Amino acid sequence: MGKFIRLKKGFTINLKGKAVPKVVETDYPETCVIKPTDFHGIYMPKPMVEVGDSVKAGSPLFHDKRHEQIVFTAPVSGEIVEVKRGEKRKLLEIKILADKKVEFENFKKFSVSDINNLNASDIKEQLLKSGVWTNLVQRPFGVVADPTATPKAIHISAFDTHPLAPDYSVLFKGQDHYFQVGVDILKKLTAGVVHVNTHATSEISTVFSQVKGAEVNKFSGQHPAGCVGVQIHHLDPINKGEIVWTINPLGVIQIGKLFLNGVYDASRIVALAGSEVKNPQYYKTFTGASVKKLINENLNQEHVRVISGNPLTGTAIGKDGHIGFFDHVVSVLPEGDHYEFLGWIAPSTKKISFHRALGLLSFLSPGKERVADTNTHGEPRAFVQTGVFEQVTPMDILPTHLLKSILAEDIDEMEALGIYEVIEEDLALCEFVDVSKHKVQEILREGLDLVQHS
Amino acid sequence: MKFLRKQLDKVKHSFEKGGKLEKYYYAYEAIDTFLFAPNTTNDVKGAQIRDAVDLKRLMMTVIIAMVPCLLFGIYNVGHQHFMAIGQAKAAVADKIVIGLWQVLPIVVVSYGVGLGIEFVFSILRKHPVNEGFLVTGMLIPLVMPPDIPLWQVGVATAFAVIIGKEAFGGTGMNVVNVALTARAFLYFAYPTDISGGVWTYLGDAQVVAGYSGATPLAVAAETIKGENVVAALNTFGAGWNEGVFTLQNLFLGFRPGSIGETSTLMCLIGALILIVTGTGSWKIIVSVFGGAYIMALLLNLIGGSPFVELPAHYHLVIGGLAFGAVFMATDPVTAAQTETGKWVYGLLIGMLTILIRVFNPAYPEGIMLAILFMNVFAPVIDYMVVSANKKRRIQRATV
Repeated sequence: MGKFIRLKKGFTINLKGKAVPKVVETDYPETCVIKPTDFHGIYMPKPMVEVGDSVKAGSPLFHDKRHEQIVFTAPVSGEIVEVKRGEKRKLLEIKILADKKVEFENFKKFSVSDINNLNASDIKEQLLKSGVWTNLVQRPFGVVADPTATPKAIHISAFDTHPLAPDYSVLFKGQDHYFQVGVDILKKLTAGVVHVNTHATSEISTVFSQVKGAEVNKFSGQHPAGCVGVQIHHLDPINKGEIVWTINPLGVIQIGKLFLNGVYDASRIVALAGSEVKNPQYYKTFTGASVKKLINENLNQEHVRVISGNPLTGTAIGKDGHIGFFDHVVSVLPEGDHYEFLGWIAPSTKKISFHRALGLLSFLSPGKERVADTNTHGEPRAFVQTGVFEQVTPMDILPTHLLKSILAEDIDEMEALGIYEVIEEDLALCEFVDVSKHKVQEILREGLDLVQHS
Repeated sequence: MKFLRKQLDKVKHSFEKGGKLEKYYYAYEAIDTFLFAPNTTNDVKGAQIRDAVDLKRLMMTVIIAMVPCLLFGIYNVGHQHFMAIGQAKAAVADKIVIGLWQVLPIVVVSYGVGLGIEFVFSILRKHPVNEGFLVTGMLIPLVMPPDIPLWQVGVATAFAVIIGKEAFGGTGMNVVNVALTARAFLYFAYPTDISGGVWTYLGDAQVVAGYSGATPLAVAAETIKGENVVAALNTFGAGWNEGVFTLQNLFLGFRPGSIGETSTLMCLIGALILIVTGTGSWKIIVSVFGGAYIMALLLNLIGGSPFVELPAHYHLVIGGLAFGAVFMATDPVTAAQTETGKWVYGLLIGMLTILIRVFNPAYPEGIMLAILFMNVFAPVIDYMVVSANKKRRIQRATV
């Protein structure tokens, strides 16, 4: 039996422009891009293709120099048109000009009964070869999973509480069978159980509620209840030396498809959302696809920021950018590069705030959807206010002290304060509510890198 | 507003890197960001949206919470003045004029000296002007006696800002409360000017017959054994300021004392503002009052002298306990920073205050020293709370 966990702390940011549950088929994207920067823990990505090569969906694009078996593969078939490098020739992205019809690389196909007889090393081989492996994220540190490790459990968060979060029952509708097979396969990779963590108060898609062989847990509460790190903390926390894997439901479904159909199917549904989108809705497209066609003539105004991912943890990609590997939503928000006369004191019911300080009146109508722009609303300062991070972190972790230990580069202290249990998204809300405007997520990643490479 | 923005943009470049006035960039920035919330946007990666709150707004909220104390203080300074010179029937307007005449210069000196130093430091040390002093600059006048010489206010403010704060690295880095550092500096540097009859502004006027400038704490401390301390308080002021130390009047605050501290009611209004806006920790406020009450009750049980036997609830309304609990103890930088730690911190402040009041003959009021003392110990409290958190994590791993 799964557990029921009630979280009391947190804050749900209610933004205008949530996607309505309607899925639109799109033409094939012109280009698809795979970015090594979407993944953590890659030592040195090394391209395996050159400009002009043609690839199929599932063909290798690059691999990690330290773990050669971990390959990152093409989501669509087409021609490599760009291998973009940055400073010190660091690989930034590989761009594919997509074919009109996807051709697939062929992997081994299995029937359901074959799958039951597979062992872990066969499974790993197929996952690694097809690139589907890279869906597995390893905690601590939130890095690409290590194929030689055996995690103590695998966690799947089956809901998203971020602002503008997509509805998982829309994203994964009708994928019940693939999800089930995916879970069956994952079970063979862990010594413990596979946890499927669902939301207690909203209707749960049958994809998750009917799954067999996994522990189905329920969580209630505000954001960050949907963050898998928070869920792990309450179900089976990570201690020093332990390894846990996480994977999002799309990854599980891709595993199911890989074994049943023998292909790497990188098609995905993404939500196009945000206050500046004319028709916020869902689109069927591909991993790494260009957003150009989606937002074309679909914006309320032109001075916007296009974000791959949600407004708390996403990355600004520009109007002709490409969707990140792990993202299910493209958010479009008004750019906030404007001055505001006496903006630091003017009362407002429109600006979103977790606080109730003088003139911030949004707490009076918490249910109302609001527009947020990308302005910092203030300047960076030293830590002054206390106790706020704790109110939005539903874990037995002291974020302020953890962040200070990272700033002091004190690795022992970071360990003792629980750095193994968190990655950026778990503390993203701290960055939002911070009075002193610290870059919490950036600081945390610096700490994680320090601990990992020490 | 566009005109103002244009003017600022016009001069901005000369303050930026390579400009003629580059040195003064942070002074310019302070003025620019005061007039206009800046146009900076969030980074490409990470949180793309931010809460509308910032340190300026937070500090402004605290200042607003102090306004009831300030306004009441202005009136009360005038009121006590006229009571002391035997003109009980003076007009309210006259009282306010006298109050303004005494209080405003203190506020101006405090802000002038403090902000001046802040600007100089921000230019020398190349950091932005921090908003912390906006609150400190108002706190300092409120804990001064109405009759304080202005030069002392200036010296105390300078000492507090330079030694109490900038020496540690500025707002957010200081160990002890800056405003209380100013008060403590005066207390130890010019003891004769901040004790005795300074709590009422007299001016050149002749005092009324029977006048005494004693505070309720002094009256309670000086009650002779065998007499009833409550009766002594109730009868104080007979003939020239009837009922000045009755429980009700002590709560309302029509009594001599530091400018902003006399009215428990006004402090509680401030507390309400701080708590509702989430700016001040309710845990600290409640636990300071709680600690003081518990300690006073314990002393009542033990007994021994009239002051020890002063009913516990009297302790909550005399002296500066309420003001200290609401505005000084809650300073987030110098208080305990963990939630559990805040309870311990507040409780100990309350208890220490009463102990110092009752048993230390040299200091009639204990809240200032209690808070400064606990400011120094707050990191120890936090250390223990953080250690407990670490221990839970280690225990979990070994089970």
